[in-house]
Amino acid sequence: MMTIREKEQKIEELNLKISELKLIEENEGIDFQEQIEELNDKIKEIEDLIVKEMTPWDRVLTSREKKRPTALEYIQEIFEDFVELHGDRYFGDDKAIVGGIARIDDFKVTVIGEQKGMNTKDNIYRNFGMPAPEGYRKALRLMKQAEKFNRPIITFIDTPGAFCGVSAEERGQGEAIARNLMEMAGLKVPVISFIIGEGGSGGALAVAVSDKIYMLENSIYGVLSPEGFASILWKDGSRAQEAADVMKITAEDLADLKIIDGIIKEPVGGAHKDFKKVSTSVKEIILSELESLTKLNKSELVNKRYERFRAFGEFKIVE
Amino acid sequence: MPIGELFRKNYKYIELTKKNEAGKLEGEEKAVPSIPDDLLIKCPSCSEKLYKEALAENMYCCTACGHHFRINARERLQEIADEGSFEEIDRTMVSVNTLDYPEYEKKIASYQEKSGNYDGVVTGTCSIEGHKVVIGVMDSTFMMGSMGSVVGEKITRAIEMADAEKLPLVIFTASGGARMQEGIMSLMQMAKTSSALKRFSDNGGLYITVITDPTTGGVTASFAMLGDIIIGEKGALIGFAGKRVIEQTIKQKLPDEFQTVEFLLEHGFIDAIAPREELKELLARILSLHQEVQ
Repeated sequence: MMTIREKEQKIEELNLKISELKLIEENEGIDFQEQIEELNDKIKEIEDLIVKEMTPWDRVLTSREKKRPTALEYIQEIFEDFVELHGDRYFGDDKAIVGGIARIDDFKVTVIGEQKGMNTKDNIYRNFGMPAPEGYRKALRLMKQAEKFNRPIITFIDTPGAFCGVSAEERGQGEAIARNLMEMAGLKVPVISFIIGEGGSGGALAVAVSDKIYMLENSIYGVLSPEGFASILWKDGSRAQEAADVMKITAEDLADLKIIDGIIKEPVGGAHKDFKKVSTSVKEIILSELESLTKLNKSELVNKRYERFRAFGEFKIVE
Repeated sequence: MPIGELFRKNYKYIELTKKNEAGKLEGEEKAVPSIPDDLLIKCPSCSEKLYKEALAENMYCCTACGHHFRINARERLQEIADEGSFEEIDRTMVSVNTLDYPEYEKKIASYQEKSGNYDGVVTGTCSIEGHKVVIGVMDSTFMMGSMGSVVGEKITRAIEMADAEKLPLVIFTASGGARMQEGIMSLMQMAKTSSALKRFSDNGGLYITVITDPTTGGVTASFAMLGDIIIGEKGALIGFAGKRVIEQTIKQKLPDEFQTVEFLLEHGFIDAIAPREELKELLARILSLHQEVQ
């Protein structure tokens, strides 16, 4: 059996063959239509197989894929007139969270994104998308500002988790996340979130107490990384693959559990294979959700968001 | 003694016995065992051997060095609530196996049997030196006080009860964080409890958190750090990430005082620290300072 990578390679080979045939068609005037169709069928077949056989662990790997589009790329692609705003006004400017104001069609919005690097050097600059407390405080400042000017908020989530380090503890990582959860619950403007890569635990939730939450097909969202889960429960981080199977971290699982509102399809291989298409889907959802959410009055909006999170939990009463 | 030996410089006046690593004299341990082991407990801080009964009478604080032993929710309530005033709510709420995690029900059942509680938090109403409050006490002996659906729901109901009855809310935290075995539902409890606290706070409710040993992870990053007033019990560990995780990340050993309530007080995240014996009086004082004049 071929692995996903091998299947993807096979598809690339077949695509190459098709373009060769097309070239010969053009230059020599020979008709290869039949062969090309056959090859296309073959590609479709392999693609279906990839989708069908994709395990939760494959999605984990895809969600962390180096070429996967990051928050800033979505922001640049979807919005106009983006003005980035920096800093938390207390301590500093965290590079793992970006934010600012922008326009999308007729709506003026606040945009916030957890930002991974686009290459190794950039990743160091962005601290691998692991926000520090001042990042969450910057996000909160911008959300409160959005509320003041009655701007809806769009957040993009992509983090392995909140940064775990001495500096983060000293500056109150727990407090920063907690404060965001509490304050987001009361925001009087619509909040729409997209999990575009990794939704790592509290570090993701801290910008996702939202009215609507969507996930890309190959993104993940969970209580911890599969590695962390395996190391806590089985004292063996190398059993991450197994952990991914039991954790229910895929978009499909989370839609079933009603944690999220919808799934955005990705091309085979991941969002980077056809970013234009994926970002267009995201844009369409933003516009249609803004259309309906901005019709609600403020207390309806806050109450609905409260009820959404209030309902989470599975338990029973015995006796 | 021959006269010559009187003038030797290395004359031994006393015999020294070799000490072992713990600083105890060899043979000393053997001299005590007239008392059965289960009546004695060794202080992890100063190694003093303490009678369990005397320890209990001293609120489970070492009589020699003052080290605070961890206590369970019932013991805590006994110390904090006025006698006979505690009335429990939602006692029999139990968890559901959201992830179909292997053996989870069995694990829960064994903790239930050991602790006499159904999950990691005990909630209800009580009075503290006459001040009526809604109280929640987390129990680190129940799966490390981890927060799954039951802990989240019981805390949320306690918040809602305090809101509805216009009572102050006091929560003693002790938790290893989100309960892994309940996956995403555990994570959502952070948002749920924080949302409820937002409403309570907007309605003018007073919320006091008491951080006890150990408070970490998802509980630190939600209701533990959201008190109007945050009190730390002396010496308690509090942090977001586990110490081991940070040590692995930075490849250095961290000092002992890192992630204690004392450390957080210095960094501005905790209002006050009190030893166990003073907690009740401190809570009562704060409550009386919020009491409205009738």
